[in-house]
Amino acid sequence: MTQPRAVQSVPVVELEAVSRTYPGFPPVKAVRSTDLVVNEGDYVSVVGPSGSGKSTLLHLLGCLDRPTDGTYRLRGIDVGKLPDGKRTALRGREIGFVFQSFHLLSHRTVLDNVVTGMLYNRTPRRQRIPQATEALERVGLGHRMGFTPMKLSGGERQRVAVARAVAPGPSLLLCDEPTGNLDTATTDSLLDLFDELRADGLTLIVITHNEAVSLRADRRISIIDGVLAEVDT
Amino acid sequence: MTDKRIVRSRFSFRDLVAEAGVGMLARPGRTVLTVLGTVLGIAALVSTLGLAKTAGNQIVTRFDALAATSVTVENRAQGFSQPGTQQESHIPWDAEDRLIRLNGVVAAGTQSLVDTSNQLVKSVPINDPLGQSEYSIDVYAASPGLFNAIGATLTTGRFYDEGHNERQEPVAILGPGAARRLNVSRVDQQPAIFIGDTTLVVVGILNDTKREPVLLDAIIIPNNTARHLFNLQAPAEVQIRTEIGAAQLIGQQSAIALSPNDPSLLRVTVPPEPKAVKEQVASDVNTLFLVLGGVALLVGAIGIANVTLVSVLERVGEIGLRRAVGATRRHIAAQFLAESAAMGLIGGLIGASIGVLVIVAVSATRQWTPVLDPWVPLAAPLVGAATGLIAGLYPSWRAASLEPIDALRTGT
Ligand SMILES: Nc1ncnc2c1ncn2[C@@H]1O[C@H](COP(=O)(O)OP(=O)(O)OP(=O)(O)O)[C@@H](O)[C@H]1O
Ligand SMILES: [Mg+2]
Repeated sequence: MTQPRAVQSVPVVELEAVSRTYPGFPPVKAVRSTDLVVNEGDYVSVVGPSGSGKSTLLHLLGCLDRPTDGTYRLRGIDVGKLPDGKRTALRGREIGFVFQSFHLLSHRTVLDNVVTGMLYNRTPRRQRIPQATEALERVGLGHRMGFTPMKLSGGERQRVAVARAVAPGPSLLLCDEPTGNLDTATTDSLLDLFDELRADGLTLIVITHNEAVSLRADRRISIIDGVLAEVDT
Repeated sequence: MTDKRIVRSRFSFRDLVAEAGVGMLARPGRTVLTVLGTVLGIAALVSTLGLAKTAGNQIVTRFDALAATSVTVENRAQGFSQPGTQQESHIPWDAEDRLIRLNGVVAAGTQSLVDTSNQLVKSVPINDPLGQSEYSIDVYAASPGLFNAIGATLTTGRFYDEGHNERQEPVAILGPGAARRLNVSRVDQQPAIFIGDTTLVVVGILNDTKREPVLLDAIIIPNNTARHLFNLQAPAEVQIRTEIGAAQLIGQQSAIALSPNDPSLLRVTVPPEPKAVKEQVASDVNTLFLVLGGVALLVGAIGIANVTLVSVLERVGEIGLRRAVGATRRHIAAQFLAESAAMGLIGGLIGASIGVLVIVAVSATRQWTPVLDPWVPLAAPLVGAATGLIAGLYPSWRAASLEPIDALRTGT
């Protein structure tokens, strides 16, 4: 078995008995002992009721949070054992986030916000603006680049967040309700964008309540009370 | 891919500066309020240092040991004096002897302009038809002690003494200006000068005097010689040199010593009170202002620390986001430190400018020459930046120690 083949066969995400319990009285078992494998190019949707642990799972997958138990390997690297700096570096280069509450910098322009996604991951300075512009055009916000997020509609903010996540060219895109504020037309165009990105080899994990979004994915995972289950399509 | 191949995150200095700059400019109003304390502190420090230097320089210029030991006694003007008529003098011929007895007098001597009926002075007995050889030169009569009292030094020759005076000898000392005009440069051959028909032997040539520069262009002769040759009536004024600190006292005593019957006939000029006390006060004031400046700077630092801390709390979401896109704890800390240092630097720059303006303004109203060590305005912005940096330590540590997940959940 040669090295390149081994690399190819390594799943992007590999959860082994991963759980996340928030301490407290009583402790909240947000994600219970979970096994999950996501391969390169997979398009996974995660559905579940509110408070079921979807965001918690996303934060674990995005190396923003550490599992209380179990092993998480991202592209074969046991991230639970990595020091903070390396986890951060990995996150910055490999993962794009679309957060449930966007987390846009309210005093900076749309373009600046998208550039922020490339500030720390060694994207060469002269490529940042072109990449940011391209991403904004892909989400249909080429005409809003000089605006501050405060002047944008909810759907436009959401698309800025998507543009920021995809502009650096991550290999894994994690989205928490990316279509929550979008109408059907914009949802469709965003889903088309996801299809394009996936065709480029991007791995997608999308949390959603939206049936249409869930149906475009090729794998559906349901989560109830922190327990994951693959739903056959 | 192994963890060895993970490429570290990077936040270049240029990006850091840009982010810190935008972070500050995004809230200009708040930035201004934040730097206000530092502005005041630095301005207070700079202006205090500058004014201390300026005032100190002023005191040094004014405090002149010579002036502080000079006392002059003249006749008080009596109503209108007719031109040409000589006023009655109340200064006795033995003024020098009377004054030297006073404790605190170093030297004293009389000095009187001699009326020679405008006779011209020449150094050769014959008239030279080719060039000017006769000059109008002032003649002063002086008691031997005057030379010491005014701090006179000689280029050549010697001063006349009490013996010359008593014997009414026709001797003269030339001021350097008079010597040049009369073309006398050596006295070893006992050169003669002629005031009209009166012959005088030059015994010395002055080099310089500390007081009474009129004598530098004059011919100086003993009192009794002047009385004998030119009918001088009485000494016109007395110059006294005192011990340091004795001038005030001697000023009071000298009039009584010279004119016991009616001291009010004499006018005594004494130097102003020594500045030592004022100087002491000034240095106390400086210390006070330096302390105040330091306190203002401390308040400024606390202001920056406060606002930076508030801004950290406000920007928890931003911190979480930056961590999510690859910023390490160090990068977060660096950004907040850079912002607080930049605010300190701006405060220092503005404060230094205001401080310099204050120095110039105060100097202008007092007609002083503003003096400032060049390192003060250069160091002030650095002190401001250092203040901001120190003030930012705790807030940026707080920012850096936030867990990204907590930051993302709390911040919006
Ligand atoms: N820091 C925390 N401490 C304690 N409990 C927490 C914490 N964060 C989340 N929880 C709990 O964990 C559970 C899962 O939360 P999570 O945010 O993952 O839900 P979710 O599936 O994303 O819900 P929604 O669809 O409303 O966004 C919730 O019951 C929540 O109250
Ligand atoms: Mg959620």
